[in-house]
Order: sequence, then C-alpha cells, then structure tokens
Amino acid sequence: MSDIRGTVDAVWRIEGAQVVATLARMTGDLGLAEDLAQEAVADALTQWPEAGVPRNAGAWLTAVAKRRAIDTWRRQERLQERYRTMAHDLTEAAEDEWQPIEDDVLRLVFTACHPVLSRETQVCLTLRVVGGLTSEEIARIMLVPVPTVQARITRAKKTLAASRVPFEAPEQTEWQDRLGGVLGVVYAVFTEGYAATSGQRWIRPDLANEALRLGRVLARLLPRESEVHGLVALMEFQASRFAARVAADGSPVLLADQDRSRWDRAQIRRGQAALARADQVGRGRGSYALQAALAECHAVARSVAETDWERIVLLYEALGRIAPSPVVELNRAVAVSMATGPASALRIVDQLSSAGTLRGSHLLPSVRGELLAQLGRTEEARSELVTAAGLASNEREAEVLRAKAADL
Amino acid sequence: MKYMLIMRSTQEALDASKEMDFEEILNAMGAYNEALTNAGVLLAGEGLADTDEGFVVDFDAETPIITDGPYGETHELFNGFWILEVASKDEAAQWASRCPLGPGSKLEVRRVHDESDFADFADNEFVQKEEGWRKDQAARQTES
Repeated sequence: MSDIRGTVDAVWRIEGAQVVATLARMTGDLGLAEDLAQEAVADALTQWPEAGVPRNAGAWLTAVAKRRAIDTWRRQERLQERYRTMAHDLTEAAEDEWQPIEDDVLRLVFTACHPVLSRETQVCLTLRVVGGLTSEEIARIMLVPVPTVQARITRAKKTLAASRVPFEAPEQTEWQDRLGGVLGVVYAVFTEGYAATSGQRWIRPDLANEALRLGRVLARLLPRESEVHGLVALMEFQASRFAARVAADGSPVLLADQDRSRWDRAQIRRGQAALARADQVGRGRGSYALQAALAECHAVARSVAETDWERIVLLYEALGRIAPSPVVELNRAVAVSMATGPASALRIVDQLSSAGTLRGSHLLPSVRGELLAQLGRTEEARSELVTAAGLASNEREAEVLRAKAADL
Repeated sequence: MKYMLIMRSTQEALDASKEMDFEEILNAMGAYNEALTNAGVLLAGEGLADTDEGFVVDFDAETPIITDGPYGETHELFNGFWILEVASKDEAAQWASRCPLGPGSKLEVRRVHDESDFADFADNEFVQKEEGWRKDQAARQTES
C-alpha cells in the first residue's frame, strides 16, 4: 500500500514521544535521547522492509536505541561510574517488558517547552519530540526551510545540555508558570494554523489539527488541570469554523459573513464537552476556559443578531481582569458596539489609541474604521481601513480591508 | 484528515466471540481505545447491537419496505466504527492494524470527506447546507 518511509513515519508519530521519553529518562539527556531514537528510526528503515514491521514497534525502536547507546559508551571506554550504572540499568530492562510510562511523556513536554528555549524553538522541538513529526513535516507546516528546522532543533538540544536542564516535570512552586508555558506553545501552533501570519493561505488546518492532537494528549496526561481542558475547548470551537472561514477563491470570510450551517457541529459539541470538563475540575475558569466560553457564545448563536452580546461583554470584562491585554480590550469594544452601539465602543477604542499599545498592528485601525463607518463618518472610516490594509501582514486579510474601504 | 475504521465480522465470528471471555474482549478493546485517546486521534466511535435489534429499509420498490434483513450482499456484518483524525493514510493503517480483532473480522478503512472534496461546488447552497446537516447528524450520534 505504501513505501517503508511512510510506514516508519506513521509509527514514529504514534510511538516517537514514548520512545524519546523513555530514553531521556534512562540517559537523563533529551538531546542524546532524540539522537539515539533517530538512529533507531534509520535502522528501522533498513531492516523493516526485510523483516516486516514488528508487532510492538515502539519496544523495537527503544531496544535498538538502548543497544546503540551501550555500544557507543563501550567503544568510547567511558567507564566512569555514571555510565557504568546507566549501562547496567539499560541492559537490565529486557526489551519485551518495555512499558511506556505516561509520566515520561509529561517530563518530555515540560523539557521541550523549557523557558531557556525561545518560543519558536519550543514549538519546533515540541512538534518533533512530542508530536513525532519529521523535520520535513515541520518545515512544511511552518513554512520554513528544512535546514532552519534542523538548526533550531540542534540548537535546542545544545541549549538544554548547556543549561543542565534536568529531564523532570517542574516543582510545585514553578508548576503553574511552566504549565502556562506549555499551553502557550500548543496555542501558538494552533493560532499559526488558524490565522496564518505569513504566506498566501489564510488557514492551515494541518497545523491546527496538530495542536489539537497535542492538546488532547495533554488533557489525558493532566486531567485535573482545568486550563488544559479550557485550551482544548477553545481550539475545538475555533476549528469548528474552518470550513466557513474561507471563500471558494481562498479569501477569508469574517465571522459576521460566515454561513453558520457550515460550522462543524460535531466539533462544537466536542468543544462543549471539553469546557464542561474544565468546569468539573471546580476551580473556576482561567483565561483559556474564558476564551472558550466566548467562542462558545458564537458557536451556539444562530446569527450575529441572535448572539448573546451582553454575555460576551461580561466574559471579556472577566478575561480583561485575569489576563489584561490590548487585544482583549479591543474585542470587548467590538462586543460593546454589538450590545449597545458604536458610540460607546469608539470611546474604548480611542482610549486604546491614545495608550499607543497596538501601534503597528492592523487590528485597531480595522475596528476603528468599522465603528466610524457605522457612525456615518465615512471619510475617516475609509482612511482608517486603508491604514489597516497597509499594516496587515497576511495578504488575504489586507485584500478584505481594501475592499471594505472601497465599498464605503 | 479523517478516516473511518469500519468493523465487519461474519456471523460465525460474532457467534464465536460470544463463547469467549467477555471480560478479555472488553480489556483488549478498552486498551486499544485508550491508546487512541492517549494519542489524541480518536474523534468518535461506537459499537452496534445485534442485528435482531435492528432492521433494514429497502428502496427497491415504489415505497420503502422495512424488513428484518438480510443485511446486505456480503455475509459480513457492519458492527462498529471509529473515526480518527490522523496526518496520513499510513498513520490510519498503523492504527487499524493495531485493532484487537481476530479471524473472521475485517476493518474497512475509508477517508471521510471534508470541505476540500466539495471545493468545486463550494457555492452550491445545498452542498453547504447538507454539510451542516450531516455534521449535525454525526454529532447527535456521538453525543454521550
């Protein structure tokens, strides 16, 4: 049915995280673990066409990687105590007893998202070691050349080694910050797919689906963390609109103009189920759960007019207290304009303008232009929309803004 | 991309499975479903009750005729499904081959249509609406 490369890549996607995590626990070194695992994958490519895919492919890869590790150390005659005990441990564990330990994968996630790494490096490394993607796949979905991905991953390993980052989940005191970092990485992967910041395409579902998969894995590993469920819910709701967000010619369709019959109802219900799980934890809603609740308001509304805008304003106020940001404030302004009209919304937007926080972004002028148009101040509206079009980095988005200005 | 794993078994295989230790079947299937869930690829899945609780609607005649069977031309019965969100056909094949099924059973693996399959008819109102209805149906079935 397919070539061996495809089969091995598929096995790697399914087993890779467990294999790397097990090796990292044994060697205490994520970089080394990843190298060993990749060598085992290379062995699989040469051996499986002859011998067939082993019944327990993960155990096979782990065993081969362990043998390679031990051979290397023996060759180098590194007989320091550390390696002796490790080699002993490695030989102790018989390969048919290989049982992946879920905590290992959790350690893997936290290590790949360690704060010593830059955000883009965390994203690359997470996709590689947790998501089980090849460098080629990562390059393809992140729209960067393969060597760039490889360089980032190499640098990541060196940085982790140089910083002596232990292969461990964080202590209780750091837990919330570090978990926030992990969720941020997953959401960064998703948002890049949801509203591509660069390139010609407006939505890249492959990337968004990858983030959803990572989110679901995390939700299984950390069922008592409500924000993990909140993030999954948010991504499900947002992804449910994919089909309606792109017109036939590839241009973006904004929420107000979307045909709601094309929203994926099954996905919306999965989002509601995830939000319910977040609430069941019983510690109140954090920022992801609040954003999910906002997305849910749109998902269950039959039209823009029938949307519960008062509730949306309230949710944005709550979100603004937990996680204040100019973008949240701008969204609150949009909700206020829907709930009580453009004049009060414009006051919020003008306060944001004078604070100067969103300078350089197309978001503020595009909202301001919209409000001015509703107030009948056509000339000012047009100039704001043209300004916004000039600032938009996504070509498709810029086109929509230019068209709006022309229609006034 | 989404794939549907369609479980088909002969009546003999189904009868034979009733002789087996049900606990064992439950554990094997449970472990499989857990692995799918842990990997974040399982979107939906259900098992079907025996055919004697179902019926067949036949559209050969002017008006639909409802009978107790038979259930199709082959002598294999459709008795359960999974819907997986995976990155490739190979990944779907990997997961399918891990399903704990025995002789007399098959998995038919089919890609589920998505928007891109209807790209040429994106402007067709009924294509769009049907998409919504179909997903509504699917959602109702997967609600728990």
